[in-house]
Amino acid sequence: MPLIEIRHLSLARGGQRVLHDVSFSVNPGAVFMLIGPSGGGKSSLLRCMNRLEEPAPGTVFFKGEDITTLPVMTLRRRVGMVFQQTAMLPGTVADNIAYGPALCDQTLPRERLVQLLDMVSLDGEIADKPAHELSGGQAQRVAIARALANEPDVLLLDEPTSALDPIATRAVEETLIGLRDRFGLTLVWVSHLVEQARRVGSCVMLLDEGRITRIDRVDVMLSPEHGDARALAFAKGDQDGLRRNQADDDQYQGEEERPHGCTE
Amino acid sequence: MDALNNAINELGDTIFNLDDLPRIAMAIGLVAIAAIISRWQQADVENDLAAATARSFVQLIAIGLVLELIFEQDHPLWTALVLLVMIVIAARTSGRRGQATPHAARVSLLAIGFGSVLTLALLVIGGVFEFSPQAIIPIGGMIIGNSMTVAAQVMNRMSDDLLDQRNQIESRLALGATSRQASLVQFQRGLRTAMIPHIDTTKTVGLIKLPGAMTGMILAGASPLEAVQLQLIVMYMLIGATTFTGLIAAYLTYRAFFTPAHQLKALPRPTQAD
Repeated sequence: MPLIEIRHLSLARGGQRVLHDVSFSVNPGAVFMLIGPSGGGKSSLLRCMNRLEEPAPGTVFFKGEDITTLPVMTLRRRVGMVFQQTAMLPGTVADNIAYGPALCDQTLPRERLVQLLDMVSLDGEIADKPAHELSGGQAQRVAIARALANEPDVLLLDEPTSALDPIATRAVEETLIGLRDRFGLTLVWVSHLVEQARRVGSCVMLLDEGRITRIDRVDVMLSPEHGDARALAFAKGDQDGLRRNQADDDQYQGEEERPHGCTE
Repeated sequence: MDALNNAINELGDTIFNLDDLPRIAMAIGLVAIAAIISRWQQADVENDLAAATARSFVQLIAIGLVLELIFEQDHPLWTALVLLVMIVIAARTSGRRGQATPHAARVSLLAIGFGSVLTLALLVIGGVFEFSPQAIIPIGGMIIGNSMTVAAQVMNRMSDDLLDQRNQIESRLALGATSRQASLVQFQRGLRTAMIPHIDTTKTVGLIKLPGAMTGMILAGASPLEAVQLQLIVMYMLIGATTFTGLIAAYLTYRAFFTPAHQLKALPRPTQAD
């Protein structure tokens, strides 16, 4: 059973269509990349998965259950999220990481705290540092550890490295992939960088103007020689090329079913 | 009909009973001297001074006449109507200033209305004041005026913070916080910002300046101790009323920004009107 399934999801905001009839599924353990031009609906789609935006009933499913029927706080603990702008909460690193458990009146034992910091490649000594003194890369890793403290099944990542320099970006990428490899954590990762999708992704979905353009395995879709023409046009920053190849779309229309996922 | 005739006659008497006009003229003379100096020094405030002086004269004389009329009638409905008009005007004023809050007019009407009516009801039920126009209208005016300021400040500060600190609030929501937990900091800060001037005034009362009600009573010939006692009542009453109003305004503002599914609404920042 897929961990997350989206069925015919459409979303409008302020009278404008943000998502058009989007359907796909994310399997457990996947690193599912959502790529596409900015304003294409990637973040809105991600925010529908933990109900920071409201999807229509019967369009978003978590472990087979319609998320609009689940208690929203429970859902958000199971489906963690890390944002582009890390908002550190007032207090120390430890206060930040203990926030999720504290909401359920649980105290976070010191060993668990150190373990969580270790999971994101941070030294235990950082725990007592004021959170606002951290560097961008450290703050983003604390944000990941903070989400992990709730023991989620999946992490939604909204451009988690776009505010970081290249070295910090690589470090955060390695941390996240390590979490997938060691703990089987599923990642749904919004990125505007095709290079990043190649480095970390298993599946990739190209979203443009609120429509799914294509979903496939990363090595197939983004292969420099045989990859998808529109994905490669997007990779080169060629907006016209991204939208020119309508012929490909017509080709899909002829088939029985558009691809709704990819097998790894 | 007789009542109306009487009222009109009395109004006529009252208008010709402005015995204090010479003293008011003296006070205006003071403003005139200030205006002349301002003009000589090119301070450019004389037009504003003239407008404010004229406007306040007309406004206060008009209010005085209306109050004379209402005190004469001594009917609870008239008193209630005056309170209602004051509440509506106060709500419109603070609603305009707290524009960034969704349904600002409704939020401020409910906050000021509930806050001041609740306080007045407690004062009347507790026997502090009787429900007579002489007591309720000036007391109501003070309560509603202070509530108006607090409601506007709460709405302004909270909506600013809720719009500016979206990242932090959504980070909390994403970690499983309820909308109430996620916006607690903004709630506290909004309420504190609005309440602190009132609390500070209460702390230093009498040390820096004698408050209005007390000054008025002493000028009218009351003994200082009498004046102090009334002032204490007024002060505690105002602190109570502004706290009620502030809490209601903060609660309604918080409610206006979130959906029932604990989502922070995507709201545009309105362009400030003034």
